[in-house]
Amino acid sequence: MQRRFFRDDALVLRTYKLGEADHIVSLFGRRSGRMRAVAKGVRRTSSKFGARLSPFGHVDLQLIEGRNLHTVTQVVGVDLYGRRIAEDYQRYTAACAISETAERLTPEDHEPSLRVFQLTLGAFRALADGAYPPPLVLDAYLLRSMRVSGWAPALTECAVCGLPGEHRAFSVAAGGCVCRNCRPAGSTHPSPEAFSLMRALTSGDWRTATATAQQARNEASGLVAAHLQWHLERSVRSLSYVQRTELRPVAAPVAESVEKR
Amino acid sequence: MYEGALADLVDELGRLPGIGPKSAQRIAFHVLGSDKADVDRLADVLRTVKEQVRFCTVCGNVATEEQCRICRDPRRGDELICVVEEPKDIIAVERTGEFRGRYHVLGGAINPLDGVGPDDLRIRELMMRLQAGATKEVIIATDPNTEGEATATYLALMIGPMGLAVSRLASGLPVGGDLEYADEVTLGRAFEGRRLIQ
Repeated sequence: MQRRFFRDDALVLRTYKLGEADHIVSLFGRRSGRMRAVAKGVRRTSSKFGARLSPFGHVDLQLIEGRNLHTVTQVVGVDLYGRRIAEDYQRYTAACAISETAERLTPEDHEPSLRVFQLTLGAFRALADGAYPPPLVLDAYLLRSMRVSGWAPALTECAVCGLPGEHRAFSVAAGGCVCRNCRPAGSTHPSPEAFSLMRALTSGDWRTATATAQQARNEASGLVAAHLQWHLERSVRSLSYVQRTELRPVAAPVAESVEKR
Repeated sequence: MYEGALADLVDELGRLPGIGPKSAQRIAFHVLGSDKADVDRLADVLRTVKEQVRFCTVCGNVATEEQCRICRDPRRGDELICVVEEPKDIIAVERTGEFRGRYHVLGGAINPLDGVGPDDLRIRELMMRLQAGATKEVIIATDPNTEGEATATYLALMIGPMGLAVSRLASGLPVGGDLEYADEVTLGRAFEGRRLIQ
C-alpha cells in the first residue's frame, strides 16, 4: 500500500521518549491540527533533525501518514524558540503551561484550529522575545484561548443575567463576574485592579497590564487558572509549576535539619 | 492465550521498557527452553540487584555500599562537581577519562509537563554539598535539550550567588563528522562556543 506523504508547518508542544533513541512528538499543525508523530533516532547525537524538534519550536515538516502515529521524515526550523525560552526559568515554566493548555484545548483529530494555533505561536514568540513578563503572557494566552474556545469569563457584564457593568463578585461556576442579585454562594471578591488586569490581557492592552501590582497579578492568575480548569474539567498540571515571581536563590537547609527528615 | 506460569512470565516481561508482546513471548520461550542452571542464575542476579544495589547517600549514584565507588575514592578531587541527570550519564563522562572530580545525580530534569519540578530532584542535597565549602566549580552536564537547558538555567541561578564558578558542557560538532551535515542549531552553538587556538 502506498503511504501518503504530507507537509505542514507546526508547533512542537512536547516530546515523549520512545524506545532507545526515538521520540513521540506532540505537534500542532497549522492545517493539520493536533497530531502525534514518531521522530526516529532523534535522541542520538548524530541525528539530522533532533535539535529542530525541541519543544516550543515552529518547524516545517514532512511526514508519512500513519494510522495512529505519523512518522517525521524531514524537518526545517522556521523559528526555534526553545533555547531562548529555556534560558529563562520563568519563560520555560510559562511555555510548558501554554503547551499543555494547547493540547487540552485541541483534540487529536486533525481538525485545524487556526486561531488557537496563531495564539500559541504568538505566545511562544512573545516569551522568546522577552517583551513582557512571562506570567502575563501566559494569562493573556489562557484568557484569549478560552475566548476562542467559547469559554471566556464574563468581565464586562453579569455572567448570569447579562447586566452590563464592572461587577465586584467573581464565580468560576457561573462563568465570570456576577452582579449583586445573581451572586451565588462561594463567589470571590477580587480587587478592581485584578478585574482591570484580566480585561487588559484579553484586549491586548499591555500598557495597563504591565502597570499592575504583583498582588493583582496573583489574584488574576488564580482566577484565570481556576476558570480554565473548571471548563476543561481536569487540571492543567504544569500550571502549578509556573514561576510567577522572579526566581531568587533560597538558602539550603542546615545539615542537621535534613538529617532529621 | 497462554496459561499459568508462562502467561505470568509473558505479562511480567511485557511490562519492561522497550519490550512489546511479541518480544515478551520470544524471551519467555527462550527462558522455557534454557537450562535450569542458567535460569537460576538469572533469577539470583535479579533478586540480588534489588536487594544490594542502592543509591549513594552523597551523590545519588548507584552503589552497593552507603557511598558509591567514586565518592569513596580519595584520589578524586572535591573542587569539581559534575551535575548529571541520571546515573548512566556518569558512565558516559567516566568513559572520557577527562574528569577526576565528583558527581551529583539529580534524578532527572525539570519538566512541568511531566509533573517534575525542582523539589522532585536532588537539588536541595546539591546545595547542602556546596555549602560544605570544598567545591570551587560546578559543571552542569544535563542533557542538551530544552528540559536540560532549563534545569541548567535554574541551577545556575541557585548556585551563582554562592560565589562558585558554574559551567555548562560545550555543545558543538561531533568529532569525525562533516561540517556540511551539521544542523543549524548545533552549528550555531559551535560558533558560540568557539575557542582561540593561537
